[in-house]
Amino acid sequence: MSHDPTDHGPDYLASHGHDKAAPPHSHLPSDPALRVKTLETILVQKGLIDPAAIDALIETYSTRVGPQNGAKVVARAWNDPDFRAALLSDPTPLLAEMGLIGRQGEHVVVVENTPAQHNMVVCTLCSCYPWTLLGIPPTWYKSDAYRARAVRDPRGVLAEFGVTLPDGQSVRVWDSTAEVRYLVLPMRPAGTEDLGEAQLAAWVTRNAMIGTGLPQSPAQGEAAP
Amino acid sequence: MSHIHDMGGRLGTGAVAPVANEPVFKTDWHARAMAVTVLAARPGGWTIDASRHARELLPPADYMRLSYYEKWIAALANLLAARGLVTTAEIDAGQSLAPAPTAEIAKRIAPAEVAQMPAGSPYVRGAGPAPLFAAADRVRSLRPAMNRCGVAGGHTRLPAYAAGHVGRVVAQRGNHVFPDTNAHGLGEAPEPLYTVAFAARDLWGTEAQAGDEVMIDLWQSYLEAADD
Repeated sequence: MSHDPTDHGPDYLASHGHDKAAPPHSHLPSDPALRVKTLETILVQKGLIDPAAIDALIETYSTRVGPQNGAKVVARAWNDPDFRAALLSDPTPLLAEMGLIGRQGEHVVVVENTPAQHNMVVCTLCSCYPWTLLGIPPTWYKSDAYRARAVRDPRGVLAEFGVTLPDGQSVRVWDSTAEVRYLVLPMRPAGTEDLGEAQLAAWVTRNAMIGTGLPQSPAQGEAAP
Repeated sequence: MSHIHDMGGRLGTGAVAPVANEPVFKTDWHARAMAVTVLAARPGGWTIDASRHARELLPPADYMRLSYYEKWIAALANLLAARGLVTTAEIDAGQSLAPAPTAEIAKRIAPAEVAQMPAGSPYVRGAGPAPLFAAADRVRSLRPAMNRCGVAGGHTRLPAYAAGHVGRVVAQRGNHVFPDTNAHGLGEAPEPLYTVAFAARDLWGTEAQAGDEVMIDLWQSYLEAADD
């Protein structure tokens, strides 16, 4: 298959006759906030972006879509064995019913921690993350250090999060190279036997659902904010 | 062989530095960079694969220097310029010098479309070649990791650290849009996607703990049957 030079790839820097020494992005101002403002201004002036949609999108990911969504799913799985079994087998219908299917959460797979196996999620090629369940990824998840080391030295990375796994528990690191998004189902902590779903959700942390943390138990400390 | 983004296994990055109770967006411009990039894709007419590739094409020095959302904005500028939707003269001027075509304006995303959960776009397709592998099959990933669709330096989602290794198929995920073509406007060409388990010791040697595994989603054309 030959590449058609009239299409839009692969070399954006060389297309449309731009000088390779000065690709379009190098024309942006040096201050990062001004760089964003420049493109935002041009796109809004051209009618390609509705400024109210910018506000709505920021509001959505600041308040409505975040790790509280994933925590609800985990708490329900802890509390309802049938839901848990269905979630591990095919989460899509359950998540659709809970309104948790959308951008960067179209194809979710739930992986279960057990005493024999710990799961941890990374995206070494960019920063793929289950936005519908966990919201916008934290800075460390997008860092070169995490992307480089999670696959090579997961136990060393876990130590940096204060997590030491017991002897005999193996690690599976899931590298999100496709559009499948992984959610870790942590083990239910001790001391939560009498809690209902809403109370349980408070003990599910974001990092526990990525696999870089473990849920705290009421005996250990404070619930997730 | 690979672009700078292919980070898996890279040495020398230092420790991961998790921050407790970090805000969702550290600054206002992070939030706006996210929103502008997400909202530009539909009128811009590019796929998620093309936008990932635009970030991968940033010169290595820029890729390492720029923070996450700075990479997004740099790649967005290059995508818009490549599509002819924004010119470097407009970037220099900091304002629009000509209106966008009405066809693109018509594809603008309305606030109501993002106010609750922004709609996703499924990547599973009904059509595609028959699966060649099943769970428990042993497969070998192709080496080198590269675009095999005729695009030199083109997009691929086979990480370099996993190229040329034997693993075990653990799941078949259906036919997924193929990034290696889709990133370059060469069609969706859906094909079976598998999750393949690689022994960490096969990838990293004795530094890795026996029994640990790395699970990677790989398209069928990245794989061949392994006899052993």
